[in-house]
Amino acid sequence: MELNSNEPTGPIEKRWDKHRFDMKLVNPANKRKFSVIMVGTGLAGGAAAASMGELGYHVKAFCYQDSARRAHSIAAQGGINAAKNYQNDGDSVFRLFYDTVKGGDFRSRESNVYRLAQMSVNIIDQCTAQGVPFAREYGGLLANRSFGGAQVSRTFYARGQTGQQLLLGAYQALARQVKAGTVDLNTRTEMLDVIIIDGVARGIVTRDMVTGAIESHLADCVVLATGGYGNVFFLSTNAKGCNTTATWRAHRNGAAFANPCYTQIHPTCIPVAGDYQSKLTLMSESLRNDGRVWVPKNAEDVTKDPGTIAESDRDYYLERRYPAFGNLVPRDIASRAAKHSCDDGLGVGPEVGGQRRGVYLDFEDAISRLGQKAIAERYGNLFEMYERITGDNPYKTPMRIYPASHYTMGGLWVDYNLMTTVPGLFAGGEANFSDHGANRLGASALMQGLSDGYFVLPYTVGNYLARTGHEEISDDHQEVRAAVERVETRMKKLLDAPNPSRTPDSFHRELGQLVWDNCGMSRNAANLEKAIERIPELREEFWDTIMVPGSGDDMNQTLEKAGRVADFLELGELMCRDALNRDESCGAHFREEHQTEDGEAKRNDEDFTYAAAWEYTGDLSAPKLHKEHLSFEYVQPSQRSYK
Amino acid sequence: MSTIDLKLHIWRQKGPSDEGRYVEYAVPGVSVHMSFLEMLDVLNEGLLEKGEEAVTFDHDCREGICGACSMVINGVPHGPQKLTTTCQLHMRQFENGPFELWVEPFRATAFPVEKDLMVDRTAFDRIIESGGYVSIRTGSATDANETPIRKQDSDLAMDAAACIGCAACVAACPNASASLFTAAKISHLALLPQGQPERYDRVRKMVAQMDAEGFGGCTNHEECEAACPKGISVSNIARMNRDMLRAMLTAEDTVNVPGGE
Ligand SMILES: Cc1cc2nc3c(=O)[nH]c(=O)nc-3n(C[C@H](O)[C@H](O)[C@H](O)COP(=O)(O)OP(=O)(O)OC[C@H]3O[C@@H](n4cnc5c(N)ncnc54)[C@H](O)[C@@H]3O)c2cc1C
Ligand code: FES
Repeated sequence: MELNSNEPTGPIEKRWDKHRFDMKLVNPANKRKFSVIMVGTGLAGGAAAASMGELGYHVKAFCYQDSARRAHSIAAQGGINAAKNYQNDGDSVFRLFYDTVKGGDFRSRESNVYRLAQMSVNIIDQCTAQGVPFAREYGGLLANRSFGGAQVSRTFYARGQTGQQLLLGAYQALARQVKAGTVDLNTRTEMLDVIIIDGVARGIVTRDMVTGAIESHLADCVVLATGGYGNVFFLSTNAKGCNTTATWRAHRNGAAFANPCYTQIHPTCIPVAGDYQSKLTLMSESLRNDGRVWVPKNAEDVTKDPGTIAESDRDYYLERRYPAFGNLVPRDIASRAAKHSCDDGLGVGPEVGGQRRGVYLDFEDAISRLGQKAIAERYGNLFEMYERITGDNPYKTPMRIYPASHYTMGGLWVDYNLMTTVPGLFAGGEANFSDHGANRLGASALMQGLSDGYFVLPYTVGNYLARTGHEEISDDHQEVRAAVERVETRMKKLLDAPNPSRTPDSFHRELGQLVWDNCGMSRNAANLEKAIERIPELREEFWDTIMVPGSGDDMNQTLEKAGRVADFLELGELMCRDALNRDESCGAHFREEHQTEDGEAKRNDEDFTYAAAWEYTGDLSAPKLHKEHLSFEYVQPSQRSYK
Repeated sequence: MSTIDLKLHIWRQKGPSDEGRYVEYAVPGVSVHMSFLEMLDVLNEGLLEKGEEAVTFDHDCREGICGACSMVINGVPHGPQKLTTTCQLHMRQFENGPFELWVEPFRATAFPVEKDLMVDRTAFDRIIESGGYVSIRTGSATDANETPIRKQDSDLAMDAAACIGCAACVAACPNASASLFTAAKISHLALLPQGQPERYDRVRKMVAQMDAEGFGGCTNHEECEAACPKGISVSNIARMNRDMLRAMLTAEDTVNVPGGE
């Protein structure tokens, strides 16, 4: 396996233009002949499918929900970045590029990040033209807010429903193409394997979730836009159906998986309330613009009504430790700081599993400064959501928050064209590893999904098709039949375990806890080794005792879950191996062995300025590491400091 | 921690051609801090452990935004709490009863039951496909700030655009009408300058598709607004009807009628 980033050279601001010019174009009359499989119709896949359908390609799109409108992108609350500089506060494409490279702790590819910053501007134009109702000022122009540590106001938003509105824009564009007959949309259809013929991705195997039918679909290339793997932790802010199945199956078929240990833990989520907890709810990070984070200074106060704790007995620990950025420090820093406070016995809220895991996010000052109305206008729906879930009213008593798994920077390794190490297999959106390095800045995932979907994939996939040409493949090609058989055999194994006695959720919870404890916010070699030993055992128990009542011939949600958990059980080990290999702290990856005296992450640029791309070797416990060395021409690596 | 004991009657139906029936389940010791779906998870784990099939229900985000969850609880789509999807409904709403609950799928001719509590709502997608968009080619947009939009208009459009497509409006309507859903999309786009060129063409096509899907007509019961977890207003239906009237009064090829709101 060889990693070639295929980045263009020359001045960074010209690279994408130059690259596009060098691309081969498909003759418009020929476009219809080419078919593209698009797995996933979230922001990345929906935008790409719509744009490619519009260009005249024949697109076959797939998603597991009943409608493309329900992809997990719908849940994004806070906003989307763009270097428009509408606020005249000194923003520019270069600044967004700079912030993203620095935010990613110098573990991303400069060329990709620069392109992302460039495309950000077009995204806002595109979405506005579609009718996305971004927030506006009284003068009628678009409003912005500052978000997640950015010192400029470059985040566009639609109340607390930015992801919803952007996704509806992409979904509507997709609907238009479905109507036009260029996109053939298959909902409630789960991709379970990739079909590779002569080393090239040519199709997928799916299961119709309503009828249970296992089917093959063939095309000239395959694009995966299937989202992130944050649900490996069981508890996360992701939708319940989010999974690694598509990306993991691709990995098992030869696609390198990059930086799996880079997982983002979001600092502002509603804490776990009990052991029945099924998911965690994000409270948008924008809340940190006006909310102040604190814990009691004294352990005796943790059970007290927060209103009765005197100002002098509160520790506004972020403001204290990071005076320049205060409550707006990047996510990884805010998350670890919350963990430390709770580990020190200063956490608040109910005790679950022997510890209080919660810190206060307090709006009292903001309400007295700006008035309840202004706060309601900014965060009203979030406050309501919080009250619905917890029963507490955040206008009156501080919110309680705790970090939770939220986003995965790791994913399928892709080159500048977003192609994986398997020719003809592309990955876009959260499913790939590109752009965010070791840590993603707030409001940048929506930007990346839409940049990949609207503006990058339609070009790079077209270029690939123009260069490779079209060759017919029949459904009974031996590789097609083999892939279908692989899937059928696996279904049978899940339905007929030798000693069925444990449910998919019980395995998922156990795996999730194991990975959270050992490969979560804070990691060390001893713990990682422990997890690496335990996960294969758990996998064995899984295949021996997994219990899936019902059959594979109709709708069976337990079977769907079991298949996804089986893949998480494999990915979880790779995450830990990657975390163990990366013997440094960087971004969201914090190795306890590598910290400064005051507990800040210590990078090791000399040995680790690379993306770790893992190749599947046939033995899950012996993956092969390939390194893509990263070079920084435009932003000089420096120790991140938010002091 | 406070707990309650529940008796559930859950609609079980093997598939579209099965008749379906209520099956009774006891779920004791439910923490009031659980969500309704977490309560069903607990029930399902118990069923699986006994080797029985779990109750099938649609859900994904569990944050009240994807619109997947869809069940009728004691006769009310999404249950008793106003402005709340089933996934956001918490058991503290039942702390003082009722402790006996009937749970069934969203029912409408246009939404065949797929299994248990899960229905097929693709009719909604076909309504959007018929015209619920702005025809704009990727990459052809002008600068976003070139067209200022009055904040009030933009806010109203956002109110309508907040629809999550869950179909509680259809489930609540005695006629199983999809007017609120359709009107929300028509309003969202009709209120924005970007939606003007196709405004009347859009309303014509979407209303025709809504009728073709077998949804009933609107006779102003307003149950839809009451059931809507996002508080979408029935005033959108009035706007749709006005636009439809205007569309009918104009020939199909005069797509744009100046002087709209
Ligand atoms: C609660 C929350 C809030 C967020 N807020 C923000 C924010 O404010 N700003 C920001 O920039 N980012 C935010 N993010 C991150 C951002 O929303 C996601 O990273 C992004 O939307 C992912 O888009 P995507 O298109 O890559 O994937 P998704 O939207 O997850 O779409 C995945 C698609 O793949 C399909 N799929 C998956 N697996 C399969 C399979 N096996 N077979 C068939 N189909 C499959 C799904 O059906 C779906 O269509 C937030 C994330 C969360 C969880
Ligand atoms: S599960 Fe998404 S709205 Fe209820």
